[in-house]
Amino acid sequence: MPPESPELRVGALELFLAFTRITLSSFGGALFWSHRAFVERQRWLTEQEFAEILALAQLLPGASGVNLAVLVGYRFGGSRGAFASLAGFLAAPFFVIMVIGMLHQRYGELPLVHAALTGMSAVAVGLLLAMGVRMTTVLRTRLPWLFVTLTFVGVGVMRWPFLAVVGALAPFAIAASWRGRQA
Amino acid sequence: MSLTDLAGLCLYFMMLSFLAIGGAPSVLPEMHRYVVELHALMSSAQFAQLYSLAQVAPGPNVMYVPLIGWHVAGWIGAVSTMFAVIVPSFTLTLFVAHLHARHPKAAFGIAIRRGLTPITIGLLFATVWILLPAVNEDWRGYVLTALTVLLVLRTSLNPIWLLAAGAVAGLTGIV
Repeated sequence: MPPESPELRVGALELFLAFTRITLSSFGGALFWSHRAFVERQRWLTEQEFAEILALAQLLPGASGVNLAVLVGYRFGGSRGAFASLAGFLAAPFFVIMVIGMLHQRYGELPLVHAALTGMSAVAVGLLLAMGVRMTTVLRTRLPWLFVTLTFVGVGVMRWPFLAVVGALAPFAIAASWRGRQA
Repeated sequence: MSLTDLAGLCLYFMMLSFLAIGGAPSVLPEMHRYVVELHALMSSAQFAQLYSLAQVAPGPNVMYVPLIGWHVAGWIGAVSTMFAVIVPSFTLTLFVAHLHARHPKAAFGIAIRRGLTPITIGLLFATVWILLPAVNEDWRGYVLTALTVLLVLRTSLNPIWLLAAGAVAGLTGIV
């Protein structure tokens, strides 16, 4: 079993600022930047802990980046930390998007912005893929790879509904990890 | 737009917030149906533009929601739709975090979390798979994506430079 990182408490202000930093660099998705900040830079979470929190964030309703902020905030600062992280995650982008909305209303579609976005999206997908590759280090045996593959094929290649695929695989995946724990 | 209409819109967004499993994009078609088809608050093209604006901006994709609110009812619309879409799922997530913190070492809880980990990673790869053809128009986009993966995994370059390079590549017509 991988070692748990020691109990760590983080103040509300520090959480607010950490998530403001993450969210302002989040072009094309916040997950990559959260992973980079908490696992690679500050090392508040191990790869395994991050994967567990991300699993919960994806399965709960709502945007997974927002849920991740709330779960991380709660873990390090209780309810206050959760509020601070949520506020940090949403406040700055809220004002940025309002300004962009107003500029858009005044000046309309800018082709230059669209061109820049095309290139940035290609990079953003690469960032997400690199994060996925890094996260596979938590898979220590062969059996979990089966569930990675089945989820990928079901949701990605076959385009079956997310809930149906996860609902069908989760009981087996959980049973496998329960048995692995006892072995 | 009257306040009653705005209240209706917010209530609707609150309900969608509970249904948005798999993230904000999963309820996008439903929002489109309500805002464009049922209530004609904006055209389909306007809806698409607001959504893509939120993609350009830093921060979570869910920011297209306050943009819709702002478009139909100004600042009060922006703030109220933002709260409407965040508060329900936030409350539920906080509740789950609280439950989890009370029994952090429950063996079955650990089995659930460890068991779901490979599914999470599979979902990430599935997302990438779905996004790839949507964001990359031809092989040059794929090369840029592949270069990004390589540089992130092999170097300690700050990825913000990669995004900047992507923007330059887009502006100069390389991709």
